[in-house]
Amino acid sequence: MAAKGTVVIDRNRCKGCELCVYHCPQHVLKLDETYNTRGYRPVILDERSGQCTGCAVCAVVCPDVVFTVYRFPQPVRTPAVRAVAN
Amino acid sequence: MAIAELTPPQIASRPEVALAAMQVVYKRPEALTEAYTHYCPGCSHGVIHRLIAEVIDELGIRERTIAVAPVGCAVLAYEYFTVDAAEAAHGRAPAMATGIKRVLPDRIVFTYQGDGDLASIGTNEIVHACARGELLTVIFVNNSLYGMTGGQMAPTTLPGQVTTSSPYGRDIRQQGWPLHITEMLAMMPGVAYAARRSTHAPAEIRKAKKAIELAFRAQIEGLGLGIVEILSSCPTNWGLSPMEALAFVRDKMVPVYPLGDFKVHQALAARA
Repeated sequence: MAAKGTVVIDRNRCKGCELCVYHCPQHVLKLDETYNTRGYRPVILDERSGQCTGCAVCAVVCPDVVFTVYRFPQPVRTPAVRAVAN
Repeated sequence: MAIAELTPPQIASRPEVALAAMQVVYKRPEALTEAYTHYCPGCSHGVIHRLIAEVIDELGIRERTIAVAPVGCAVLAYEYFTVDAAEAAHGRAPAMATGIKRVLPDRIVFTYQGDGDLASIGTNEIVHACARGELLTVIFVNNSLYGMTGGQMAPTTLPGQVTTSSPYGRDIRQQGWPLHITEMLAMMPGVAYAARRSTHAPAEIRKAKKAIELAFRAQIEGLGLGIVEILSSCPTNWGLSPMEALAFVRDKMVPVYPLGDFKVHQALAARA
């Protein structure tokens, strides 16, 4: 599955408020099962779906500026790119 | 090699090429520091900080901007912006900002104040700053109660709203009506821009950013004071989840505090 965009998440900045999870139009964000260094369950991108469009709605609603949002010139395989980005 | 020339297996084996071809849609604004904020999860303060930082970056004024932080939840705001900052006594940010702006008129000075700060103890300061027509930008964050001290009733508390100091709900016969301070200030000749915005949805957040930009432009162009009231959520003191708190803003606060522009100087009208 190819994605049009991706997000890079600043894991330790996230407070797990879930506003992005509810607002994401593609439903590709979810909370991690593990905790970050500050004791919150941070948001992660669900890579299996590969449907991120890079619309940046998550970045607009995020109170903690955890997202950097990218768009690809053409759809690419997200997990490979994210492996480098993270 | 351009990404368009790569086949998917090649991209998988050379992800650095794909990364270099990525177009950045959104990144952290320069006007924000790397500090982690102390705000509760889901608090709108972080969104409003980010909008101000984006506007400062886009206007290219970061190196000559001075922030005046309030007393309240945003008391540590000076830790979060990469601009010079001062910390005012409770409610006195417009008075301090007046002094800074008059001594350094080429700087861009903004105050960041909550409703307990601006609409209660600091009403005098903001009214007279507007009466003098000081060239300031005022960001007024209204979350309907005193957040930092544990959720007590403020002048902006909604009729019937339960707070720690109004456990049976705000009774208008005893405690009066909510203070619509932005409408009041909009009447004054010294005010060039007065608007109320909200943070309960992505579209509203984008409109809030536009209003913040106009409030800065009012100052930059020497038109007068610019004030933006932003309805904000307080999940902790309302006892709601972050999403429920945004629904509270939309369903309970917006009917009492209507959104919109109350005054737009004609020099700004073309951009509004």
